[in-house]
Amino acid sequence: MALLEVNNLVVEFPTRKGTLTAVDDISLHIDQGEVLGVVGESGAGKSMTGAAIIGLLEPPGRVAGGQITLDGQRIDNLPYEQMRRIRGKKIGAIFQDPLTSLNPLYSIGRQLTETIETHTDMTPTQARERAIELLTEVGIPAPARRVDQYPHQFSGGMRQRVVIALALCVNPRLIIADEPTTALDVSIQAQIIALLKKLCREHGTAVMLVTHDMGVIAETADRVAVMYAGRIAEIGPVREVIKNAKHPYTHGLMGSIPAIGHESERLEQIPGAMPRLTDIPRGCAFNPRCPHEFGKCGELRPDLLPVEDSQVSCWLYDGQDGRNIDASKKLVAETKADARLEATNG
Amino acid sequence: MADAPALTEAAAAREARRKDPSAMLKVTGLKRYFDVSAPWLNRVIERQPRQILKAVDGIDFSIGRGETFGLVGESGCGKSTVARLIVGLYGPSDGSIELEGRDIAGLTRKQMAPMRRRLQMIFQDPYASLNPRWRVRDIIAEPIRAFGLASGPKAIERRVGELLEFVKLNPRDGEKYPHEFSGGQRQRISIARALASEPEFLVCDEPTSALDVSVQAQILNLMKDLQRELGLTYLFISHNLAVVYHISDRVGVMYLGKLAEVAASKTLFTTPRHPYTRLLLDTIPDLDMTGRERMPVAGEVPNPITPPPGCTFHPRCPFANDRCRAEIPQPRPLGDGAIVACHGVEEGRIPEGPPLALPPKPEGLD
Repeated sequence: MALLEVNNLVVEFPTRKGTLTAVDDISLHIDQGEVLGVVGESGAGKSMTGAAIIGLLEPPGRVAGGQITLDGQRIDNLPYEQMRRIRGKKIGAIFQDPLTSLNPLYSIGRQLTETIETHTDMTPTQARERAIELLTEVGIPAPARRVDQYPHQFSGGMRQRVVIALALCVNPRLIIADEPTTALDVSIQAQIIALLKKLCREHGTAVMLVTHDMGVIAETADRVAVMYAGRIAEIGPVREVIKNAKHPYTHGLMGSIPAIGHESERLEQIPGAMPRLTDIPRGCAFNPRCPHEFGKCGELRPDLLPVEDSQVSCWLYDGQDGRNIDASKKLVAETKADARLEATNG
Repeated sequence: MADAPALTEAAAAREARRKDPSAMLKVTGLKRYFDVSAPWLNRVIERQPRQILKAVDGIDFSIGRGETFGLVGESGCGKSTVARLIVGLYGPSDGSIELEGRDIAGLTRKQMAPMRRRLQMIFQDPYASLNPRWRVRDIIAEPIRAFGLASGPKAIERRVGELLEFVKLNPRDGEKYPHEFSGGQRQRISIARALASEPEFLVCDEPTSALDVSVQAQILNLMKDLQRELGLTYLFISHNLAVVYHISDRVGVMYLGKLAEVAASKTLFTTPRHPYTRLLLDTIPDLDMTGRERMPVAGEVPNPITPPPGCTFHPRCPFANDRCRAEIPQPRPLGDGAIVACHGVEEGRIPEGPPLALPPKPEGLD
């Protein structure tokens, strides 16, 4: 059974001008010890999904529908106090900016022991030992000395290690990591990715890795969900999604990433921009930007359909419409050839 | 975009300039130090010495006409300071910046003014670099008015419309305010403003770092198009190696205020020489998922106020020896035009290492 199951989750923001739907009916699951990547551009709803799972949606945001189940227990409708217990004990969180996740007035050790003492029945001495042990585990040199220092005495990469230690305090089953490497330099980013991978391998912790960086996903995740305008466009094994993208959006997204060693004058580009939440188009949210758009796309919203090993929400893969997978693949290949021709001529 | 004849004319002019071997911009021994000492009274009472931050510590490079020179490095390496020195937002502590043979480093404000027209900058954050209270047309018209490049409201309006079309926006967008645009569109407005003074040289400081990848692709393509049509020269600063590879002809790698390596883009990314360049290339997450083992890289960028003696990279360098710890390496040209500042490379004691295997673009994408 899956460790985390999200079914038909809807997150809404009531505003004066009407209700905005930031996450619109998404379903996903994470198995034990698995890393699920969630990618998308800003405004795709990826962070909202993470926040909804840990129950930290900023008001007026609210879960308006669907179910979130962790370890067989439904957690989306729990009272605040109960959710707080689960948040420390079963779900850990790592956010983008390590400086805002740490209290500048408390020493690192105090922040760690506070969390440990809240969720276990360790004595202060044991908690301190555990804190030092955790710092060692996340690769902080001289942990016995560093444990009494304050966040400002740590560099960016070291702070993010402390935040990871904080998330690991009580051996959570699931870690929600929201852009954990975005604020870091590339060489530090590689260290943090390696650390996250090592830790979930050793502890069997499941990770939901939210990021906009496909490179990080390719290195870390087992499966990946691509989000667009609050919906899942495509979800599947990471290799399948990256190397054999099926949804036209995933395709465009992959083509627009510059890669070292790839000779081309121009990058593939998706025309336009992601719609604002106030005016998400009818039907498939991607249809105004999609090169393969046809009649049905502007009318009906596609469901996730199984295609090979992935699931894709795109009418191209709906066999009933006289189009099948082979035909749509051919279509995708043709447009790519056209784009290349254009690039060489232009 | 512009009419066809104008386009070919510009292209021909650019071709002619390209053949001109003289450098557009030449930077020699450029230094910028910042005094970050405690206040005088504290220094006296606590007996602290002065503290000097060497943000840029003696760098040389030149950029040819119509060329794109990329500058990469991690945060705090001084790459943005270089940008600000070149456009004159900071004065250099030492060294010269020559624009077509004329030193612009020591110019007074008045002497600098005509140079400013030829030298413009695009900033990282399109949210902070546009005045929220000005209409877009006024933002773009400001350089035109300041340099007197068009006379009369009609001519200015026409020019603003033209610039907006250049960056693929609608001339009617001039009526709007910056908040009505998305990040990518705002960066287009910044580019239009930079182009308004008809510059020849653009300094771009992380122009796409605040943007999503699909928008980044649009902006990078636009910048390449504009370069081709207008014969622009770019100094392109970024921490993203793949972006720099994509856009640059030549690349400089900075580490703690110094240039570690300068080489043609292709050379640098296929046969990186300096151990720091190799480290950087090795840390890029790889979309190809080869699962290759990485060189374990320990450590972080040291504090630039008290940099390590000798080669500043030696504490993180797997090839460091006693000479590296004592003597500062000087940049030395290698056979193929690359310039590397490394004792190990000079002595030939660094194993050539398999030239970093370039990952092909994932299948199904090309």
